[in-house]
Amino acid sequence: MRIRKGGKRTRYQRLAGWGFLTPSIVGVLLFFVAPFFVVAYYSLINNVIQRKFVGFDNFARVLKNNAFRLAALNTLKFSAIAVPLAVVLSLLLAMVLLSRIPYKSQFRSFFLSPLMVPVASVVLIWQILFNYNGLVNSITGALFHLDKVDWLKSPHAQVAIIALFLWKNLGYNMILFMAALSSVPEDLIEVARLEGATEFQIFRIVKLRYLSSTALFVTIMSLINSFKVFREIYLMTGDYPYDSLYMLQHFMNNTFQSLDYQRLSSAAIIMSAVMIVIIGVLFLAEDRFGRDVDNV
Amino acid sequence: MSRKRGWKNRLFPVLGTAAAAVFAVLFLAPIVLTFTNSLMSPSEIAANYGAVFATSDTGGKVFVSRSVTLKFIPDMVTFSQYFTVLVKSPEYLFKFWNSVIYVVPIVVFQLAVAAFAAYGFARHTGRVKQVIFFSYIILMLMPYQVTLVPNFLVSRYLHILDTRWAIWLPGIFSPFAVYLLTKFMRRIPVSVIEAAQIDGAGEWMIFSRICLPLCKGGIASIAILVFIDYWNMVEQPLILLSDEEMHPLSVFLSKINAGEISLAFAVAVIYMVPPLLIFLYGEDYLVEGISFQGGVKT
Repeated sequence: MRIRKGGKRTRYQRLAGWGFLTPSIVGVLLFFVAPFFVVAYYSLINNVIQRKFVGFDNFARVLKNNAFRLAALNTLKFSAIAVPLAVVLSLLLAMVLLSRIPYKSQFRSFFLSPLMVPVASVVLIWQILFNYNGLVNSITGALFHLDKVDWLKSPHAQVAIIALFLWKNLGYNMILFMAALSSVPEDLIEVARLEGATEFQIFRIVKLRYLSSTALFVTIMSLINSFKVFREIYLMTGDYPYDSLYMLQHFMNNTFQSLDYQRLSSAAIIMSAVMIVIIGVLFLAEDRFGRDVDNV
Repeated sequence: MSRKRGWKNRLFPVLGTAAAAVFAVLFLAPIVLTFTNSLMSPSEIAANYGAVFATSDTGGKVFVSRSVTLKFIPDMVTFSQYFTVLVKSPEYLFKFWNSVIYVVPIVVFQLAVAAFAAYGFARHTGRVKQVIFFSYIILMLMPYQVTLVPNFLVSRYLHILDTRWAIWLPGIFSPFAVYLLTKFMRRIPVSVIEAAQIDGAGEWMIFSRICLPLCKGGIASIAILVFIDYWNMVEQPLILLSDEEMHPLSVFLSKINAGEISLAFAVAVIYMVPPLLIFLYGEDYLVEGISFQGGVKT
């Protein structure tokens, strides 16, 4: 609905356009952008009283900090396992829902419902499931003869959180994949079928091509969501989780408590730099893959 | 269709249904369990799960079994938990009310601010606006680890730390709704707008009489997405509100101590009822809103 190129645009219209934007821009500037510059400034000075420039000392201090390293490593580990699972499983769910099965809309509702449930509400059940005497241990014991473990207080604690992460996020990803899969033109599939392509070939050659940009988007969104998993961990284990569950947000919370602005600011800047790299990859890749397919 | 695929055509739906059923059970079980457990008496809960939540200081009072049994169906259905939560100890309702007080204004005003901004972005483009819109997307994708530090600094500077404004204001100006609503508004055909202009409609008229009504569905989907996001909030109150009295139920729920697990189930159910009701009536909007997010590219 934008104004056509070459169309007449009066001064009044241009002013009105900015007028509509003003409330949002003022708010974003005030609450996000301007303080971010303060954060950048804080990350470069020695303390808020002397305000002496120290270059990258603060960054070096954060990167050398053991708690930060542990948190970064744990976050990385979690994402490396949870994100591929979230992408593959949700694609499978989407394909199952689009195949010829009964009760499709009911199944869709069931898979989506965890998205609506606040994490705080199911934390109790999760604690019971992953307890030393809980259901998960009985199942792993019966099926694989594994020894009982107190999941949330063990090096495998991330397993419980990954399960919760998948439970909560698969439905969201599934909807994205379903939208992409239904945008594959029917006649293309029909032609492939007439040419004698097997279902697997149709999936690999036709559908996957249409899926690539969505798959990428889902991957990035899952990655970003995996950085937010502190919420689940905090609700399950409180302020002081087992070492393997100590995430970047825990590090930030602790730093907030000690009000070490320099450490806080440089950590935030480091993380935003990492995020910008990830987002940049998303945009570049969308550019590359998106070109193959007619944009919908 | 060749004949040799016949057996596969019959087999796949069966396998698919089986897989879907297994996943459906896994997805629904935690919700159903929370609900049925909220109908059990405190002693039944203690007998079943006492071992999970027992701490040294509360262990002595009730009988605590060593094993943990997951029970779907209560021995005896009782609503005493709900009675306690709703009537006897109002602290839970108080926290529930906190959640409502935070979330409702954020949803309403974030959408209001976004409606204006989305119109501005969708209708008039230019290099500067493209850059601004792009920075909104980057901001939207930043995790709390990054955005909470600036939020905290501003709140301290404005002396609104430990007040509700510290939660409200960053929420209201969050760029998420702007981004999504702009995508919705860009779909309105130019011809519709031009026809209105020829009829002499001004900018305000086009915005309020044409764009907003055409985006009703989009607004509903975004409202749902914003609602569930803030109903579930944990990070912001932990950092911006040091007074636990002001925390929303999402944070408070995890602090209910071992002696009150049976109450916790009832509170958990009460807490998930509003979003589930919204889901019941607005599932299609939710699905549309999510589908629309696919592809961040503007």
